[in-house]
Amino acid sequence: MIEAHGLTKKYGDKTAVADLSFTVRPGVVTGFLGPNGAGKSTTMRMIIGLDAPTSGTVTVNGKRYAQHRAPLHEVGALLEARAIHTGRSARNHLLAMAATTGIGRRRVDEVIDLVGLHEVADRRAGQFSLGMGQRLGIANALLGDPATVMLDEPVNGLDPEGILWIRNLLKGLASEGRTVFVSSHLMSEMALTAEHLIVVGRGRLIRDVSTREFIASASANSVRVRSPQASQLRDLLLGADITVSSSATGELAVTGLTTDEIGRRAASAGITLLELSPVQASLEEAFMELTGDAVEYRTVTEPKTGIAA
Amino acid sequence: MSTVINDRAPGAASRGSSGSEIHITFPRVVASEWIKFRTLRSSRIVLVAAIVAMIAIGSLIGYNTGAHWGGGLDPEDRVASAPLQGLYLAQLLIGVLGVLFVSGEYTTGMIRSTLAAVPTRLPVLGAKAVVYSAVTLVTLVPASFAAFFAAQSFLRHYGHGTALSAPTALRVVIATGVYLTLVGLLGSALGWIVRSTPGGISSLVALLLVVPVLLRVLPGQWVQDAAKYLPSEAGASFYGTLHDATALSPGGGLLVLALWVVAALVLAAVLLRRRDG
Repeated sequence: MIEAHGLTKKYGDKTAVADLSFTVRPGVVTGFLGPNGAGKSTTMRMIIGLDAPTSGTVTVNGKRYAQHRAPLHEVGALLEARAIHTGRSARNHLLAMAATTGIGRRRVDEVIDLVGLHEVADRRAGQFSLGMGQRLGIANALLGDPATVMLDEPVNGLDPEGILWIRNLLKGLASEGRTVFVSSHLMSEMALTAEHLIVVGRGRLIRDVSTREFIASASANSVRVRSPQASQLRDLLLGADITVSSSATGELAVTGLTTDEIGRRAASAGITLLELSPVQASLEEAFMELTGDAVEYRTVTEPKTGIAA
Repeated sequence: MSTVINDRAPGAASRGSSGSEIHITFPRVVASEWIKFRTLRSSRIVLVAAIVAMIAIGSLIGYNTGAHWGGGLDPEDRVASAPLQGLYLAQLLIGVLGVLFVSGEYTTGMIRSTLAAVPTRLPVLGAKAVVYSAVTLVTLVPASFAAFFAAQSFLRHYGHGTALSAPTALRVVIATGVYLTLVGLLGSALGWIVRSTPGGISSLVALLLVVPVLLRVLPGQWVQDAAKYLPSEAGASFYGTLHDATALSPGGGLLVLALWVVAALVLAAVLLRRRDG
């Protein structure tokens, strides 16, 4: 369980995280979603005390992280891939980390096997590929058998097999009753993994909802209709909470009515339909729409001035 | 794949499973830092280089001094501390290794894992100091003895040996090893303060080599008086055989040098607590 209250972090006059409050519950995978630069990593760093909040508090299982006697047993974190000395082998890295808390050598071997690094465990971490580095980071996170697992962009650099592995691992951890908190800037990845979503942009909380609800609200379902009698159909469909727009002759986009309803009404009026299809806004589009104002870096398209102007 | 952890109920299985409870203790953090130190190739290479420098330079000086005892030698070439001048090279190696032991964590990002494992932070600083001073003491005090005896074997050949029982001899041999240990600690404190390898090494070199030379060429008696409190000068009073009237006593030199180390470590500790990791 992670509880943040009014969490704020400023670097100089730049606000990375602004008055962020949320609760991450055990038993489900909670996605922490937002564009790059939204403050996700900063928030995670504050959770484990690497960065001190400018104001606000965050607790893990009821206490500040640093107050726990066995922090590695409370939260296992994968922050960035680069949190490992490149000159040390994976096994020695894990042994050194385990030693701080009295975790045995057997557990080190266990997590090495768990992440599939058995063959390369005695190689220097500097020689690892991005994907192997991520796996070592995950082994590091699971070392203390933590009640809360927190991973920052874990699928970065993983191949499709690795991504699938992470997805199942996270679901497995959650089903054991652990708190699982995973950040990503990829909506599609979160839709597959997370049951709950905390969406941030520019350091602020945008939504705190279940993934199902988010998808439902995101898919502003519209229906595409083509008909030779489009204008007649339009008059027939219009009503309260129903919008009908047209982008081309003979084509309508209807929101507020189901395909069934439109089909029935058209039939009863004797109107010919050439096409009747539901259109779902993609999750990426919904995410973009939500966080559109909250993107820190965006490509600016210069208005073209030229002969036509 | 998740079957391995499936049988571990969160918070239950590993608590106390191996007899002793799973939590942080200072000796455990020391054990962790010892693993970190001995599993890096650079630690072993630099440490061996410092030991070799002490003994090789000591032998060279012993041979050279013995062969030229008759003429052209300054008084300080004949004293007990003369064969230990390998320390000028060794102090740079040991100081740089002290910087690296800390700054290496910052340059690789390892520090994030370290501080996540020990979020109260100060035990890490303490454990690194314990490990590094223990390692340097148990290697460089013997290296200092080895350099002394190697030099004496050459000097005896020419009939000019100094026994360990001679005045100041035992003190300068032990002091040389202790001086190197304290310089190593100073390096690690600079590593914590500066958090970068080039920055840490430059500030160490500046403090040990550049500032003393600068002060020597500056005018004013008070500048010269202040210079003897620099780590390198206080150290020289501690490990040297000959003292001019204005220099610190050996005990005074050790005290001043120790104060430098303590002050640097305290500053490092304050910054470590205050700064974002």
